[in-house]
Formats: sequence, C-alpha cells, structure tokens
Amino acid sequence: MSTYSLSDGLASGAPRISRAPLLAAWVKESGAGVAASAAWIAFGLSCLWWEDVGDWSRTHSLGIAAFVIAAITLFGTVGADYLGSAGRALRQRAPWLVALGVFLTLWEVATAKFAWLPLPFFPPPQAIIEVYTDDLPKLLDSVFASVRLQLGGYLIGATIGFLTGVSIGWSRAVGYWVHPVLRFIGPLPATAWLPIAFFTFPSSWSASTFLIALATGFPVTVLTWSGVASVSNAYYDVARTLGAKPSFLVLKVAIPAALPHVFVGLFMGLGSSFAVLVVAEMIGVKAGLGWYLQWAQGWAAYANMYAALIVMSLLCSGAITLLFAIRDRLLVWQKGTVKW
Amino acid sequence: MVAAALAEAITHPAAGAALDIDNVNHAFDIDGAELPVLSDVSISVEPGEFVALLGPSGCGKSTLLRLVAGLDKPKAGTLREDESRIRSPQPSRVVVFQDPTLFPWRSVWDNVALGLEAQGILKSQRQRVDAALDLVGLSAFRNAYPHQLSGGMAQRVALARALVNDPKILILDEPLGKLDSLTRITMQAELVALWQRKGFTTLLVTHDAEEALVLANRVIVFSERPARVKADIRVDRPYPRHRGDPYLADLRRQILGLLGLDATW
Repeated sequence: MSTYSLSDGLASGAPRISRAPLLAAWVKESGAGVAASAAWIAFGLSCLWWEDVGDWSRTHSLGIAAFVIAAITLFGTVGADYLGSAGRALRQRAPWLVALGVFLTLWEVATAKFAWLPLPFFPPPQAIIEVYTDDLPKLLDSVFASVRLQLGGYLIGATIGFLTGVSIGWSRAVGYWVHPVLRFIGPLPATAWLPIAFFTFPSSWSASTFLIALATGFPVTVLTWSGVASVSNAYYDVARTLGAKPSFLVLKVAIPAALPHVFVGLFMGLGSSFAVLVVAEMIGVKAGLGWYLQWAQGWAAYANMYAALIVMSLLCSGAITLLFAIRDRLLVWQKGTVKW
Repeated sequence: MVAAALAEAITHPAAGAALDIDNVNHAFDIDGAELPVLSDVSISVEPGEFVALLGPSGCGKSTLLRLVAGLDKPKAGTLREDESRIRSPQPSRVVVFQDPTLFPWRSVWDNVALGLEAQGILKSQRQRVDAALDLVGLSAFRNAYPHQLSGGMAQRVALARALVNDPKILILDEPLGKLDSLTRITMQAELVALWQRKGFTTLLVTHDAEEALVLANRVIVFSERPARVKADIRVDRPYPRHRGDPYLADLRRQILGLLGLDATW
C-alpha cells in the first residue's frame, strides 16, 4: 500500500514543476558550454584588441579561428539536444573548453601583447601556428622518420622479448642460460649503449633500431616470463587430462593465460623506447622529431620546439591508445580493465 | 543435427572401463623428508560402477585420483585401465576438479571444445560440443565467458568439457564441494542421470557421507593419512534414491562411525 501512495505522490507532483527549476536545469546543462564560448571569444578578442609586440603573421587568422570555435561551441550547446552523441560529447567536454580558452587568453596576453614572459623563450600561440603552416614539410618528414624508426625497433624488440619470455618461462634449460644474461644486461638503461652502438653498427639508423629494440625487449621479456611462470598448474592439469600435447600447452594455455602480463610489458616497453628514440635522434640520427628539436634549439627557434613537442606528445599518446585498443580487443574476457 | 548426435550418444553409450588399483603406495617429498600419503591401496572397480571415495580431509583421496588420471606416477604399485597400465593422462580418463578451472579467455563453447581441439579432431566433430552443452542444459550460454557464469553453471560447463570426450572413466574430485546446497542437490541428480545414460565408470571423491550414499553403488572409506582402505561398502538401492531412506541412514551411521564421528550422530 505504501508503495502505491508514494508513486501517486510523484505522479501528481510532476506537472507542478515551476519555471525557476527549469532555468536552473538549463544553466546546469548548458552553462559550461556558454562559458566556454565566452572564453574563446575572450581569446579571439585578446588576439585582435592589442598590437603584437613582435612580428607574427598569423595573429589575425588565429583571432578569427577563435571566434569560429566560440560560435560552434555556442550553437552546439544550444542545439545539443538535436545533435545526438556529438551534442552529448560537447556538453561533457565543455568545462575543458572553458579551461583551454582561459589558458590560451592568458598565454596570448602574457606573451604576444605585453611580453610578461620573456621572448623568445615563450612564443605566443600564433608563433606555433605559424610553424605548423610554414614549416609543415620538414615537420612531417620528421614525424615520418620518427614513426618509422620507432615502429621498426619496437616491433623487433617486442617480438624477440615475447619469444624470449615464453622460452624462459617454459623451459628450465633456456632459463638457466638466459636468466643470468638478462639480469646482467636488462637493468642497464638502453641509452648507456649509445656510444658503443653508434660505432659498432654500420649506420646510426641500425644502431638506433637496436637500442629501441633493447629498451622494448627487456620489460616485455620479464613480464612475459612472469606471466608464463604464474599460470596456475590446474590449467595444465586440465589440458593434459584432455589429451593436450606440449605444443598445445604452450600455445593454447601458457600464452593466452600470460597475455595480460605481456600487455603490461608492451606498455612499459613503449614508454622506455620513446625515451631512447628521442635521445638517439638528438645524438646520432639526422632525422626525426628528436633531431628537429635539437635543430630548432640550435637556431633558437623556440616556437618550433614547442610545436614539435606538441606533435611528439600526440604521437606517443596515440601509440599508447592504439596499444590499449588492441589489448581491449584481445582481452575482452577480462573484467575491469583500466580505461586509457 | 544436435538432436541426432544426442540420440546417437544415448543409444550407443560409451561403455565404462574396468579400473585396477593394485598395492599402490605413494609419498610426497617435502624438504627431503618423505611424507607417506597412500599405503597399500588396492581397489578393483567393475566397468560402469559408481564408486565414492570417502575419507577425512587431507587423507590422500585426491592424490589417488591424480594417480588414476595419470597426472602423477605412484612410488610403488600399479594402476590399470582395462588391463593397460596407466602411465600418462588420457582423454579416456577425464577429471572434473573441485574448482571448475574453466579457461577464462575462452567462451563456454570453446572451453567445452578444449579436449577435441587438443586431440586435433574438433573440425570434424563440432556437433559433439553442441551435444555436450545440450546435455548440461547450457546451450544458451555458448558464447558467454566464464566470469559471467554462476558457480553451478561453471561446474556444469566443466562437466560438459569432460563428457564431450566420451570418457570411459569419469574422475570427480569433489566437484560439488563449493556449490550451495540447493544447486548441489540438483546436480547430484543430474550426475546420476548422466551416469545411467552414458554408462561410464565413475570415481567420486567426497567428504560428504550423504552425497556418497545418494550417488554411488559402492562407498570406499579411507583412514587418516597415509590413506588405507578401511571399509568397502556396497550400496544396493535403486535410483533415484531418497535422502530419508532408513537403509541409507543406517549405512550413514556406520560410515560416520568408521570415520570416528559417531558421537555427533
């Protein structure tokens, strides 16, 4: 009986909602979007209101672009209900758009307009935009070179690390010989090999590939090994009573069971190989984003450095996103995996 | 096709195998010291019999099952399946463990298919997997992953994974031990039905006297470790059996007495 009276109360109360809560609800839902639009208008105004203290060619276009973004945000927020998932995504990210707009405005004012931060070490946003528009070919070449070097070294290192890890985890004899070597060489930072690698390998390219593979291989080996070693004996017992041969035990029991560990190794290897990549490019390889950074520094082209850093961080983050996407596909059977 | 396979499985049951356990002694090496677990165990099981092994916890029953499965070798004595010596695991002797130990990375169907896949005959025998899933009533869950199953469902999948191989000897190591009491009673009835339908020889380790008496033709009572055969009791009652049957209650009192628990009765 009491449940009936409760729902009756709710039903009769519903139509009596007044206008004030409606407005409050609208502000709660769309306020951040409107604020974001305002922040980007502020950014646009900060670009166009004052004269630049330096000579940058993209200030006007940047101001216009900021107004365009502000307009899109505003219309998107107002019409979010008609835009489906895009509208929802905009609402969810609106607070970040506010923060970004405020940050860009402060940055613009503090650098290009009043030079509170010393130039040329702190270039304004339009200087970085200028790099992307005017120095694009060289930047793209560098991106391409970095990706090629990283991908080659990483794939070689991951493959060798995985095979070594499975072998050590599976075979006592392999473990006997490989384990001490791994303990001796593995913890050494791969960059410590730089001087030796650069004169023993025929090219700086192959030397860098070797170093990236080394940096990737160690964590992948150790985690694959620990993954294989920690597989419960019960799984092997079950498979053996069902008629499994040793090859089946390795390929269909040990490796799938170890896969969550393997992905932790691949993730750690990716991180340490990025470090090696950049150092190798700065020191020996005459291409890639690391080299671009070094080159820009040599010319005191600080805007180029920031531009390259932003690209580099997008690439590294993208690589990790890709790795996690692959993991989520392969490990759908796991509960509660970390979302990247 | 599933129904046809099922019908075939019913009309041509895989006959059970005889099992001979002859003077088996076994011990564990723990830090150099020898810990005896089985002492002169001799049991002869007829084809198609349902034998329950009952004994105090940790007495060595499960060790005996591992020897029968061929997972371990005895220190002394021999084990034979239909006159051929047991030296290694064979899909004709399949174990269902206390934990379902399903492979979490495989779907229910792929878990049941494990034995056929390991023996390299899955491609031509896929219908056997479907039939086994049908047998335990889990066809609707073929694409589920183990973490989505309840304890009883997981143990049914483990049972299907064993039965799909048409074992001659089914080895059950307290398979119902971790289930709730209602699920346990249901699955006891299912086990008896499957055994009657398929005709395999069954070896069940349990420490529940009632479960042993409801299920088995024969109850073998073991002593404390090292396990010796203390009593070999025939249970001549038709199936389905009733828990309240005074004949079974009487046997239960005897068995608990053998285990030194008559004071609690």
